[in-house]
Amino acid sequence: MIFLKPKNPLEGAKNIPTEVSEILVPCPKCSKQPSQSELSDTLNVCPYCRHHFHVTARYRVDIVCDKGSFIELDKDMTSRNILDFPDYDKKLANALTLSRENESVITGTGKIYNYKTALFAMESHFMMGSMGVVTGEKVTRLFEHATKNHMPVIGFTVSGGARMQEGILSLMQMAKTSAAIKRHSDAGNLYIAVLTDPTTGGVTASFAMEADITAAEPFALIGFAGPRVIEQTIRSKLPDGFQRAEFLLDKGFVDTIVDRRRQKRFLAQLLKIHSRGEAHGTV
Amino acid sequence: MALFDNLFGGEKNAHEAVAAARANGRNTTMDFISNIFHGFIEMRGDRRFGDDKAIVSGLAWLADIPVTVIGHEKGHNVKERSQRNYGSPHPEGYRKALRQMKLAEKFHRPVVCFVDTAGAYCGVGAEERGQGQAIAESISEMISLRTPVISILIGEGGSGGALALAAGDEVWMLENAIYSVISPEGCASILWKDPSRVKEASERLRLTAKDMLNLGVIERIVSEGSSMFEDLKRVLAETLSHKLTLDINELVESRYNRFRRMGYTS
Repeated sequence: MIFLKPKNPLEGAKNIPTEVSEILVPCPKCSKQPSQSELSDTLNVCPYCRHHFHVTARYRVDIVCDKGSFIELDKDMTSRNILDFPDYDKKLANALTLSRENESVITGTGKIYNYKTALFAMESHFMMGSMGVVTGEKVTRLFEHATKNHMPVIGFTVSGGARMQEGILSLMQMAKTSAAIKRHSDAGNLYIAVLTDPTTGGVTASFAMEADITAAEPFALIGFAGPRVIEQTIRSKLPDGFQRAEFLLDKGFVDTIVDRRRQKRFLAQLLKIHSRGEAHGTV
Repeated sequence: MALFDNLFGGEKNAHEAVAAARANGRNTTMDFISNIFHGFIEMRGDRRFGDDKAIVSGLAWLADIPVTVIGHEKGHNVKERSQRNYGSPHPEGYRKALRQMKLAEKFHRPVVCFVDTAGAYCGVGAEERGQGQAIAESISEMISLRTPVISILIGEGGSGGALALAAGDEVWMLENAIYSVISPEGCASILWKDPSRVKEASERLRLTAKDMLNLGVIERIVSEGSSMFEDLKRVLAETLSHKLTLDINELVESRYNRFRRMGYTS
């Protein structure tokens, strides 16, 4: 105690990065700056305000599926410029580079705490998760596969809606996917949708809203019309929180809101309840 | 003569078809109901929230076949149009339609839908009451309905709000009707950020009846000549009488396959 060192103002300060390479990510909601390693621990949920950062389709599959259990289906299927729509080829090429995915959805089967399920996850970096013909085809094939094999389906949605560049054929995917989901449902199979930010347009008006159990991520924007379109139509500003997950919960259009960090257990518990005793998972 | 053709018939380009499909004097669902069917009794309300006048529904006779009739209704004059929200339904409109479809299924009565909307309404109440969910449910139930369903696009077929009444065994289209995933105006301003390119958008979206036939989205183009109502009545009656003789499982199976093959050719 006698030989107390003179205090350096930096000593004992907690916020000094211990590694120079630590990358800080500003949170768009609270503006604080969690580090990338912190975010990887929290599954990209802001540790300060619970903001759910946008993540890729593959990341979603990774965090819910048991390690190495995901088997992708139809992964080489790619979109073509069927209507010869201006600039669409270029946009597709960019989407491929940006997302490193072949389409706006990945589909496959996997295990969650050892419970088998079919899964799809949409990719926002691929043309805003817009629904083209291949998106619809892959989702339809997944439900047909699940119906044939008596499997549940879990789907993570994120989408700006139908893909304009494919004209009416993109709209028809709403009907195609809905028909396959109805058959899957009529055969007594479970479908759980997890709606993530943002889920709008033709996807909301079809497979996002056709699940037996509908969950949403906190604060996700979910709606048919986008907020800008509504503001233009009604010529006034929308209230805060309009079309957010909490709003839909309040209005009765989602069953529950589930933090990303709880999703794997949540899904496993639901799979267990619906497993008819044939699975052997431990949740 | 060319002008006459452009206004009242003849081959139209995409942009002209958009104008014709939206034209003020165009026949609406109520005109088709009164000219093709008899004994129409309107049935209103969704039993959940209210009665949406942007959609009309009811029972009628098509020759000697009792049918359920459902359609978007835009109205003819300013007052009617505003009462009917210009044919843009709220969720309760789709739920009213669905209720009538389920009743048709119960009594094994064929359903005839007339499609004519710029789109489902984009507003606060519509979102609060689940516009997306209402459309999704309508498509899902209609596509698996265990009774024959024919949908006819008579004017504007605007996106999901139109598709919600167009998941039928067969979809027909008037020669100057349009069917599109987005309005040409929306496409030009959202995709190209250039509202002046609306004409080009009309062409590029491929939204005419001919385009739909080529893309395999519709089965039949109905010509808009002076005998339109007569022709339509005859063809509808023939088609529905035939569909009523089919095994219901086969009918539903072929409706599934109709939509299943749309868009993707491996």
